[in-house]
Amino acid sequence: MIYRETGQYKTTYEADQQLFPILQDRIFVLLVIAFAFGAVPFLASEYLFRAILTPFLILSLAAIGLNILVGYCGQVSLGTGGFMAVGAYAAYNLALRLPDLNLLVVFVLAGLCATVVGVLFGLPSLRIKGFYLAVATLAAQFFLDWAFARIGWFTNYAPSGSVSAPPLVILGWEVVGPVRKYLLVLGIVCVFALVARNLVRGAIGRSWMAMRDMDVAAEVIGIRPLYAKVTAFAVSSFFVGLSGALWAFVYLGAWEPLAFDVNRSFQLLFMVIIGGLGSILGSFLGAAFIVILPLALNQMPGWLGVEMSTALISHIELMVFGALIVFFLIVEPHGLARLWAIGKEKLRLWPFPH
Amino acid sequence: MKHTWKWKAAAAALALAGGIGAAQDALAQSKEIFVPVLVYRTGAYAPNGAPWADGFVDYLKLVNARDGGVNGVKIAYEECETGYATDRGVECYERLKSKKPVAVNPLSTGITFALTEKVANDKIVLMTTGYGRADSVDGSVFAWNFPFLGTYWDAADMLVQEVAKKGNLKGKKIALVYHDSPYGKEPIPVLEALAKQKGFTLVKLPVTHPGVEQKATWLQVRQQRPDYVFLWGWGVMNSTAIKEAIAVSYPRLQMYGVWWSGAEPDVLPAEMAAKGYNAITMGHSAEKDRPVHKDMLKFLYDKGQGTAAKKEEVGSVLYNRGMISAMMLVESIKSAQSKYGKRVMTGEEVRWGAEHLNLDAAKIKAIGFEGMVQPVKTSCMDHGGAHRGRIHTWDGKEWSYTSDMLEANQKFLRPMIEASAKKYAQEKHITPRDCSKEK
Repeated sequence: MIYRETGQYKTTYEADQQLFPILQDRIFVLLVIAFAFGAVPFLASEYLFRAILTPFLILSLAAIGLNILVGYCGQVSLGTGGFMAVGAYAAYNLALRLPDLNLLVVFVLAGLCATVVGVLFGLPSLRIKGFYLAVATLAAQFFLDWAFARIGWFTNYAPSGSVSAPPLVILGWEVVGPVRKYLLVLGIVCVFALVARNLVRGAIGRSWMAMRDMDVAAEVIGIRPLYAKVTAFAVSSFFVGLSGALWAFVYLGAWEPLAFDVNRSFQLLFMVIIGGLGSILGSFLGAAFIVILPLALNQMPGWLGVEMSTALISHIELMVFGALIVFFLIVEPHGLARLWAIGKEKLRLWPFPH
Repeated sequence: MKHTWKWKAAAAALALAGGIGAAQDALAQSKEIFVPVLVYRTGAYAPNGAPWADGFVDYLKLVNARDGGVNGVKIAYEECETGYATDRGVECYERLKSKKPVAVNPLSTGITFALTEKVANDKIVLMTTGYGRADSVDGSVFAWNFPFLGTYWDAADMLVQEVAKKGNLKGKKIALVYHDSPYGKEPIPVLEALAKQKGFTLVKLPVTHPGVEQKATWLQVRQQRPDYVFLWGWGVMNSTAIKEAIAVSYPRLQMYGVWWSGAEPDVLPAEMAAKGYNAITMGHSAEKDRPVHKDMLKFLYDKGQGTAAKKEEVGSVLYNRGMISAMMLVESIKSAQSKYGKRVMTGEEVRWGAEHLNLDAAKIKAIGFEGMVQPVKTSCMDHGGAHRGRIHTWDGKEWSYTSDMLEANQKFLRPMIEASAKKYAQEKHITPRDCSKEK
């Protein structure tokens, strides 16, 4: 009843092709953005900013990046953690060696460094597919892990191998405190989510999806596999590298290569699969599921007032979390984004379903 | 499919998380001193993390039960499971921060690195008893870090001193089998400097987390035949290393662990074959008969209030270390109370207390830790307070001391500490405090 498009006539091509063709969607998204920028900074607690919202937003960005590669272009990658590390260490070295560089420029350049590395490791995708490509990207992960742990130059010869980010200042605006960090990350994520959304519905996104659905057919209709696959790797690595830089600089502050190990790659892949392959919204839903749910489960006994030993809580957390992943994959193999879409379809007919 | 966007997801997440924040704040307390306890009772590091956590929590319980708190102020605490993962540790810290803690013991060098910057802003003391950044001994730069009772640089120096007693090290070869993390890498600069000074070769053999796969590492040990192996491991890595050493028949007598690689869970899996394995201690071993242990049994375990599953755990190496870590915290609070009055302390006051600790042998005896803790005297210049240890050796059944007391050579280490701290201060734009003006 509320969610109905009756009477919304589209008389121009622009109106038909806009980002959110349904008025209610537009209003809702704008409200949420306004809420995130305007209201959240006054409502949320420090814990919420530091431990939940900031990591959730950063990992959402990484999940969008991975979704472009896996969900839209169909190239399975297990090297996401490694590409995040490239972004993080590139940002560290740029900030260290060019201290006068604007921090936003540093982040973008770090993303570009990850792009170069991503393209390099993406080139084999022209010859190898499926599981074999997954193994090749896994090799990238291990190589990058090794490089950042062993090559002293990347860490400025830090004796412990742990490096820390410089103070964050953007054009005199000091990014200190949880709220400013949240706003910085939120701003960056908004901009790049918009970029991603527009990329995937444009010509380049269509060529990725054509490659994903059937590469031979795509080639027949004139899509160059080299171009489509390499651009997917490039764009994906840029997003992932940027999020790596944010993860290191804004969230962790000090980090070691272990922060970007193969577990991070798996975590991001789970986000994309659970959230929904080939969906920008799914990247956010998946990130929320993977980031927030374990923490919520871990604190559940405390909220309910149940006394439980720390070890037991951790075991229960792992078991329930695993069971929920299985549950959601059985209920909706296409991910949380698909559940959301089904809900919307039902809502359009409500209260008179036919 | 309809065009939707992320903000719906964000809103749902926010609603859920909003509940978390509210629940957090409601719990804030004011009449007790709050101490967060970051532990790991699950995962690859649990065999070592659990006894430490039991000891730490038990000592806080004991102080509350026996003495009615610290000078009458009770200690409240809450455990949070980190699994030895840095990001989970940071989350735990943020979660428990709202309860106004005075000090935090992360029991992980990785988490220590991540928290070092945060604690200064939040005014929470970061106590790293026997671990953490070695350069944080320099309190002029690291005002909030307290690596009590010895750093990894101390341990590395003392281990080299010990093996040097067995013959000139010139031309000898020492292999460092280390956990490939900030923890394992921490001693490398000191060992490299000592290698140059004393003329031995250092072979660095990293083991990736969690350390259950070490076949290749020990094949290298067999190839290179080092005269000594220093083990810088943690959790399952230790027991695996000892088993692998047995498999390549590397003599255990020539193996020396750091104090985190010298407890019962490390040697017990290999049973008798681990006989002869050495480790440096942080001044204590598996003492079980001190007054504090008797109190522990009397006030907690006889009443069924102990944290450990079995009371045999009381007095094991890591249990003792957990107890000592908690003791250092309690003594810091006492020291702060002696200046500011017997009430609930703030983080800043406890920081002053930790910087002005003075535990002589008599005082240590009075609190029931006789012979387990070396006299501690901290200052702005020296946040460690004590830099001594001795070797203990596993005889197949228990640990026993096999060396005299060793003392880390501060003349050698101090310039390195200051150089490293200075570099950190420059990177972070910190102006070091003038220690001569601190009272």
